[in-house]
Amino acid sequence: MTVPSPFALEAVNITKRFGAMIALDSVSLSLRRGTVHALLGENGAGKSTLVKCIMGYYLPDEGQVLFGDREQSISSPHDAHLLGIGMVYQHFTLIPNMTVAENLVLARPRLPAVINWRAELASLEKEMKGMPFQVPLQASVNTLAAGEKQKVEIIKQLLLNPKVLILDEPTSVLTPNEADEVLSRVRAMTQERELSVLIITHKFREVMNYADDVTVLRKGKYIGSTTVAEATPQSLAAMMVGRETIASPLQRAQRQRGNASLDVTDLWVENDNGVDVVCGLNLTVHDGEIVGIAGVSGNGQKQLVEVLAGQREPLRGSVRLHGAAYTATRAQMHEHRFRCLPEEPLRNACVGPMSVADNLALRRYDRPPYSSKSRILHRAIFKRIAREWVESFGIRTPGIEAPIANLSGGNVQRSVLARELSDAPHVLVVANPCFGLDFGAVAEIHNRIMAARNGGAAVLLVSEDLDEIMEMSDRVVVISGGKLVHETTPATADMTRIGQFMAGH
Amino acid sequence: MMRHLETIAIPVGAVAVSLVLFGVFITIAGANPLEVFASIYRGAFGSWFAWQDTLVRAAPLMLTALCTALPARAGLIVIGGEGAVVVGGFCAALVGIVLNGVLPPLLVISSMVLVGALAGGIWVGAAGALRHYRGVNETISSLLLNYIAIALLNFFVVGVLKDPATLNKPSTFPIGDANMIGAIGESSIHWGLGYGIIVCVALWFLMRRTTFGFGVDVVGGNVRAAQLTGLPVGRLIVSACVLGGAAAGIAGMIEVAAVHGRANTSLNAGYGYAGILVAFLARHNPIAIIPVAILLGGIRASSGVLQRAHDLPDATTLVLQGLIFVLILASEALYGRIPWLQPKAPPKEQPVMQAKEQPKEQPA
Ligand SMILES: Nc1ncnc2c1ncn2[C@@H]1O[C@H](COP(=O)(O)OP(=O)(O)OP(=O)(O)O)[C@@H](O)[C@H]1O
Ligand SMILES: [Mg+2]
Repeated sequence: MTVPSPFALEAVNITKRFGAMIALDSVSLSLRRGTVHALLGENGAGKSTLVKCIMGYYLPDEGQVLFGDREQSISSPHDAHLLGIGMVYQHFTLIPNMTVAENLVLARPRLPAVINWRAELASLEKEMKGMPFQVPLQASVNTLAAGEKQKVEIIKQLLLNPKVLILDEPTSVLTPNEADEVLSRVRAMTQERELSVLIITHKFREVMNYADDVTVLRKGKYIGSTTVAEATPQSLAAMMVGRETIASPLQRAQRQRGNASLDVTDLWVENDNGVDVVCGLNLTVHDGEIVGIAGVSGNGQKQLVEVLAGQREPLRGSVRLHGAAYTATRAQMHEHRFRCLPEEPLRNACVGPMSVADNLALRRYDRPPYSSKSRILHRAIFKRIAREWVESFGIRTPGIEAPIANLSGGNVQRSVLARELSDAPHVLVVANPCFGLDFGAVAEIHNRIMAARNGGAAVLLVSEDLDEIMEMSDRVVVISGGKLVHETTPATADMTRIGQFMAGH
Repeated sequence: MMRHLETIAIPVGAVAVSLVLFGVFITIAGANPLEVFASIYRGAFGSWFAWQDTLVRAAPLMLTALCTALPARAGLIVIGGEGAVVVGGFCAALVGIVLNGVLPPLLVISSMVLVGALAGGIWVGAAGALRHYRGVNETISSLLLNYIAIALLNFFVVGVLKDPATLNKPSTFPIGDANMIGAIGESSIHWGLGYGIIVCVALWFLMRRTTFGFGVDVVGGNVRAAQLTGLPVGRLIVSACVLGGAAAGIAGMIEVAAVHGRANTSLNAGYGYAGILVAFLARHNPIAIIPVAILLGGIRASSGVLQRAHDLPDATTLVLQGLIFVLILASEALYGRIPWLQPKAPPKEQPVMQAKEQPKEQPA
């Protein structure tokens, strides 16, 4: 008998190309049994691609995956499931208009032809007792907040009793508290059961607190692996970007408060289920200031941003830009230079199957130089400007003709940033701009937003990350129950009071 | 480049598989599939005579295909081509009857085209508007509008507008021989083919080269991104439907002015439904519709030969058409999933874009 390998899973010299782009260049990774292994790297470093190769979602061009001592050919996620490898993808894969229970049952690889829902529910309820966290089984998925959805995704995998669980940025859409809850439970489970976890994250804090080992990728290359005990956030950051970190501090120019550019008066908005979630909100943002809206998610921030972005009709109330009524038409957006960085950029701000060049042109394609007076498109200009922006914003893409859906999450975000910030916006609405971005990109995006403010833009920043709000804002307001309940400045802010207002007290 | 390979290989593969299945069907029906295939080819493209028949049938297919293709680019699945052909043809016939002898033929024909397009456009535009402003499913509403159109046509041609001289096939009064669209040269192909090709090319230009087409593609690709950039979503959706309906309306006008000389129930001969198949086969690209419509026109033209030479029922070619349709729809799921159709070789003219600070190493 040979000694069993100490590794639950090994990827050996994996190479993966997409067209001319080498997404992974001979990358290896070893996941020790019963441990949590973090995979770090900048946006577009190839993290998602590596785990997708392990799952059989992509076929690697070279290299093998060893699972429990043996080389395994995993040619589809279905094979991976049968072997006992489960994965939570970077984007939600739940079916929105089905209940949690239905989603959980449907995820099983072998389903009977006729499903006895009563029995399934009973057994689900029993199994849920052994789960690290609870989810409402009867709720429809589209009524769940992002954090709850993520828990459902994880439970969906745990119910299949995997030996290896891969989590692709499970905490990007979670608040720090939720992230702590989820990760500590997952970590506890690696010890209770025979479970090994491979987790992708951008947050050093999570790596330091919850992982045993860490592997770093940079631009598709394997940089190194180490135990977390021997690592520091600084050393990891240096490995990620290949140099000592450049913490370029935010340059906040001193400015007089300008005119009121964005004015929201007595705004009422309902959500998809017809419940009022913005209830008589009043808000003013002046030129050259960043107003940060802090709040627990689900208090109307999302719907407020949707109204400003033109993606939702308000029930009543008024929105004014520079004093003029604003109804989110293209002409008004152009006249007031209204620009928006919504969350989930691929879903909210891009046309996935269209090329990077076309997506970069969405704001101005109907004006010169993109098109002539007679409305004929000049494709050469699309390409020229796209090349410029790809260069100046450091967008990593196989080419400007590639569908934007093929870009890594962070590069989609950069593309939207390039489009929305390149023509000196006057009013800018930003929602959770740094979800899923690496630390370098976060700093860069903060700098660019700050530069827009310094240039005189009125910026509304909605974020679930209180640190981000405190760092960026000139003024902080707290939203709770669809209304602004508190206003302060970062300098004078009392964090416990803010916390109380956020909690609705 | 390589994405084009996929968009050609998958439909061609789907058609090949449907031919195989059709062969099985033919065998069961008691004929020799190879001989039947040869006959289909002969009946469709085997002679100048066959070509003429094929092209005559292809003309309305091009126009009705646009009625599904344009709304599809805006994200709607419209199957209302049949209804648009009927109202377009009927209204064009009315104009022809009223203006016959009042205006010179050129003006009569132009008015017929205009009114046919307008009627078809309003008809399908209604389905688009119902969808956008009232949330009515456009597939169902456009189907129901087909039934309404056919019922209205029947009501008028057996009622107030019936020409008493037409006994076995009740029809309206004729639009007059002078107002008929003639044949191209010495052939039996009428100028409707020219209309079809011109409209396809014009709409291709509109969809691919103008800001309007770009906006429609954005709406069809992701409504939320369209809203974010302030596009007039409703107007673009309804316009795409109106343009598609107008094309199908012209098809109806051609059937009246080039074939029947009057409006009657021959207008709902199924061109609208076959157009759906053409649109999907052509992946909603107005230029690709031209060859696909000719192919399908050929299949339909060969049905007579099958009947005569193999004693197969008239509907046999409909079975083939149905098989192709089902397999094309099923093959939609294969895009991006066939490894050897995915791009491999680096396209030469397109350098790899990378961030500025990266070393400019060229991947081998
Ligand atoms: N299907 C695809 N076709 C072409 N290129 C792709 C495809 N998927 C990924 N890529 C490219 O491969 C590179 C690595 O992408 P990947 O999604 O693995 O990055 P990541 O490390 O997960 O980044 P992020 O933190 O932003 O999620 C990116 O530059 C991306 O553009
Ligand atoms: Mg990723």
